[in-house]
Parts: sequence; C-alpha cells; structure tokens
Amino acid sequence: MASVDSSHVHHSALQHHFESLEQQKESSIFGMWLFLVTEVLFFGGMFMAYVLYRTWYPDAWLAASHHLDVTLGAVNTAVLIGSSLTMAMAVRAAQLGQRTAQVVFILATMFLGFVFLGIKAVEYSDKFAHHLVPGPNFRFEDATVARQAQIFFSVYFAMTGMHALHMVIGAGLLTWILIGAIKGRFTPEYHTPVELIGLYWHFVDIIWIFLFPLLYLVGHH
Amino acid sequence: MTTGHIASKGLYFTIFAALMVLTAVTVGITYVDLGDLNLVVALGIACTKALLVVLFFMHMRWSHRLTHVAAITAIAFLVILFAFTLGDYFSRGALGELGR
Repeated sequence: MASVDSSHVHHSALQHHFESLEQQKESSIFGMWLFLVTEVLFFGGMFMAYVLYRTWYPDAWLAASHHLDVTLGAVNTAVLIGSSLTMAMAVRAAQLGQRTAQVVFILATMFLGFVFLGIKAVEYSDKFAHHLVPGPNFRFEDATVARQAQIFFSVYFAMTGMHALHMVIGAGLLTWILIGAIKGRFTPEYHTPVELIGLYWHFVDIIWIFLFPLLYLVGHH
Repeated sequence: MTTGHIASKGLYFTIFAALMVLTAVTVGITYVDLGDLNLVVALGIACTKALLVVLFFMHMRWSHRLTHVAAITAIAFLVILFAFTLGDYFSRGALGELGR
C-alpha cells in the first residue's frame, strides 16, 4: 500500500512502516532467510533419519541404492543447476529492469523445473513397476535385507517427495512473479518478490544437491 | 541503492560451470573404490556446491550481516540436531541398565 497521506513523495511499493525501500527490502530478505532456516530444520529431520538408518543398515542401503538410476539422477541434477542459473539471471534482469529478459528467464526456470518433475515421474513409475514402493506389494531380490531396503525406499520417497512438492510450490510462485514481470511490476527499485522466490528456488536446488549423492551414489559402482 | 549488488553474467556462468564440473566429479568418483572415503568425498563436493549456490546465486557474498547470522543459525541448529541424536543412539547401553 502506498502512503497516500504522507507529505513526502514515496515510491508506490514502499509501505508506511519502513524508512526506505532499501530497509524494506533488507527486512524481506532477512525474513525469507529465517523461513529458509525453518526449511533447513524441516529437511534436517529427514536427513537425520537417513543418517541413522544408513549407519544401522549399510548393506541394505547399498543394495537398495543400486536400484536407483544414476543417469536420470545426474541429468536431473544438471537440469536443476541449470534452472538455478536461469533463476539467478531472472533476478539479475529484474535488478537491471530488463522486462523481456526477466520473462524469458522465469519461463526457462519453470520449463527446467517441469523437466525435473517429468524425469522424477518416470523414475517413480519405474519404482512402482518394479515393486519398490514400500507397502504390501514391496518385493526385494535379497530377502534378508528386504525389510531394511523398504526403509531405504521409505526415506527415498519421503525426501524426494517433499522435494518435488517444494518444486511444485516453486512453479506456482514462479507463475505469480511471471505475471508480475509481464505486467511490468518489477523495477530496479522494487523487485523484492523476484529476489525472494529466487532464494526459495536456490534453496530447493541445494536440497537436491545433497539428495543426489546420498540416495543415488551410495558406496561405489 | 535498492537494486543491491548486480553480479556479472560471466560470474553466474562461471559458477554454473563449476557446479556442473563438481556434479560430473561426484558421479565419476563413485566408480573408484575409496572405501569410506567415497562418502566423505561425496559430502565434501555437495557442501562445496551448496556453498557456491549460497554465496553467489543467493547473493550471500553481498548481503547484509543479519542474513549471514540467519544462515549460520541454520547450520548451528543442524549440528545440534545431528550431534545430540547420534550421541544418544550410539551411546545406548554404554552405561549399562539403570538399577543394576
């Protein structure tokens, strides 16, 4: 809301309880980082479960991990890193007030995000086809570690599933800033939403950077 | 200025290239048997990649000190979570059973 009652000339994006646009932006970025701290703890709990079960059942972890497709995992890592680059370029375009570049880079980020989710869907359906989804239909070739392998796949689906959900939410957020960018809402003075969604997107990228080696690259091949 | 630091395109592409190289290395290294070191190397590379993303893509290098505090807080909480949980699980039974 603009401070219409003020005698000063204010930027329309400046809310009345902030001194300046700069202070307003710093506060937003700090707030976003605090949210990301809670996200680190949210995923941290699952990483904790991963570490514990891996140290308890190293053999099952190794056998189960070899059922994941390293190539698809690596391609997805590259796709996501690529989307982080396009996201960083979208923020840069917003900083420079380049509207067309902004729209193009946001679209590229969304496209790469959907490529990632598409590959993930292929992987998930493969796990269903091979009875590797935890539950009554779970089958594992080595019966001695079947129960423990099931724990690996529970952790796999919980972590990659939550990660994928974050990607879907990210795609929604990108749609929102895409509309804003098309309407020309973002200027070099005010583009905080683009910057904050960028932080979120990079955070989701970082989670995958850890998930890829921990889930796909257990032991040596 | 409210635009903040504007990094050059070249820097972003360099970081992207470094991240891709590190991804290739982390995949390649799994075909070499290093024993327990495989995990150490994989985590070392993942932490390096995360640091590159945080410092440059997430503008940490140019951001306010409060933001640094937030990021360090996240790591500090993770250390507490991991240290206390693992300390508990791996010391179970170490003192024998109470009352015996």
